[in-house]
Amino acid sequence: MVGHTLELRGSPFLQEIIREVPGGERIVHCLQCGTCGGSCPNGADMEYTPRTILAMITANQRDKVLKANTMWFCVSCYSCVSRCPQKIPITDIMYGLKRISIREKAYQETDAPALAKTFTDLLDKYGRSFELGLASRYYLFNRPLAMLKMGPMGLSMFTRGRMSLTPTRIRNVDQLQAIIRKARELGGVS
Amino acid sequence: MKYAYYPGCSLECNSAAYDHSVRAVADLLGIELREIDDWNCCGATEYFTQDELAACAVIARNLALVDPQLDQVVAPCAACYLNLRKVDHLMQENPELESKVNQCLAAGKLHYDPGRVRVRHLLDLIYSDFGEATLRDKVVQPLTGLRVACYYGCQIVRPFHGTDNPEQPTKLDEVFSWLGAEVVDFPVKAHCCGGHMTQISEPQAFEMIRRLLANAEEYKADVIVTMCPMCQLNLDAYQARVNGFFHTDYKIPIIFFTQLLGVAFGLDWKKLGFGKEIVPAEPVLRRKLTAVAAA
Ligand code: SF4
Ligand code: SF4
Repeated sequence: MVGHTLELRGSPFLQEIIREVPGGERIVHCLQCGTCGGSCPNGADMEYTPRTILAMITANQRDKVLKANTMWFCVSCYSCVSRCPQKIPITDIMYGLKRISIREKAYQETDAPALAKTFTDLLDKYGRSFELGLASRYYLFNRPLAMLKMGPMGLSMFTRGRMSLTPTRIRNVDQLQAIIRKARELGGVS
Repeated sequence: MKYAYYPGCSLECNSAAYDHSVRAVADLLGIELREIDDWNCCGATEYFTQDELAACAVIARNLALVDPQLDQVVAPCAACYLNLRKVDHLMQENPELESKVNQCLAAGKLHYDPGRVRVRHLLDLIYSDFGEATLRDKVVQPLTGLRVACYYGCQIVRPFHGTDNPEQPTKLDEVFSWLGAEVVDFPVKAHCCGGHMTQISEPQAFEMIRRLLANAEEYKADVIVTMCPMCQLNLDAYQARVNGFFHTDYKIPIIFFTQLLGVAFGLDWKKLGFGKEIVPAEPVLRRKLTAVAAA
């Protein structure tokens, strides 16, 4: 039994997740009870439920996990986390899988990485998010057709003063950028 | 009482009605909100998707900028509230992360000691620090006869010891019943609105929104009150598209809880940001509230 546990801990993919995600080492306590998948608003549309994903991480099924749609269907609602009897940070594990999948371009058929990149690029540049800039850049480059469907809605938001044409820029953008640069240099949480 | 205030990007523009009504209600209750000078975007869910350390550092910059005289910050937006709490919590739990985040902050000549600032939601403040008697005392326009669905969403009530019970939150329900409203059952009140899913998969997002609208209609709510800009945007601005997609005909106004508080306290509707919502709220509110006044 002890040998078995050690072997599981030894899964290289599990080790990788532990380095990537604060609290990731708690995966070894997963009971495979399925509470997480049952609580997930998008569980039914995921290729593998959160419970299955954790089992696959332990079983070192790296490629399959990184290609799965599971993490891209995660909307960070934390239902699973607040119900998990073992306090496993499932949402943060999903974030970790998204990051690895982006770094290795393993994702398939999702625009989520492009959306995230557009968003954080604007943040890095201005210090604030800027919806109109976000929507127009993201749609223009990724989903030009969807932009047409968005038209009427965008217009009604605009006429109600809910969409600005110019971004707000924080005063100390240099300071923010220095902080972000340092984070990139340190390259991760562990 | 003085608090630091972190409005967040949504409240600057697309959810200005939330910002206006938060400030108006806080003012009336004697809560002094001091906006954090030069605050930056919390990164929503998007920074964690790309770079965990940068995400934490970007968020921590805001905590580090809180005026040293103040030890509490009010954050109305669910994503900002969660992110600020999450980073404070992660830094407390994880010394290695704490040291790395502070190395990043040091590059901008800042520092943050985790635990220094308590992140709070206005709902919690109103509920715990003011309470029933004070709130009832302020009522100018009782909400009698108005059927209200209280929508909590996910990130304000869930982990990191949030504002309310994560499964069956009740504080918003209690507050509005103190103000005379008929608070309806709303079993999906802590379900997720889908967040940014509208940008990723519309069928998926629309189904999540539909479930919420259907539930509110089933319990005959006149209005849904929300505490989150994303929830408001998804349910309000996408309502017409959801109707088109499912051939339904929902016309449920979605307003911020502070707007309805302001109505009960007799504040000026314009100042509360009414008129910015896509599904108009004023006609229903005026009809319901004057019907009661006339009876
Ligand atoms: S709820 Fe927690 S313990 Fe149960 S399967 Fe999910 S992660 Fe494992
Ligand atoms: S946080 Fe993600 S995985 Fe967990 S219940 Fe919500 S959507 Fe599902």
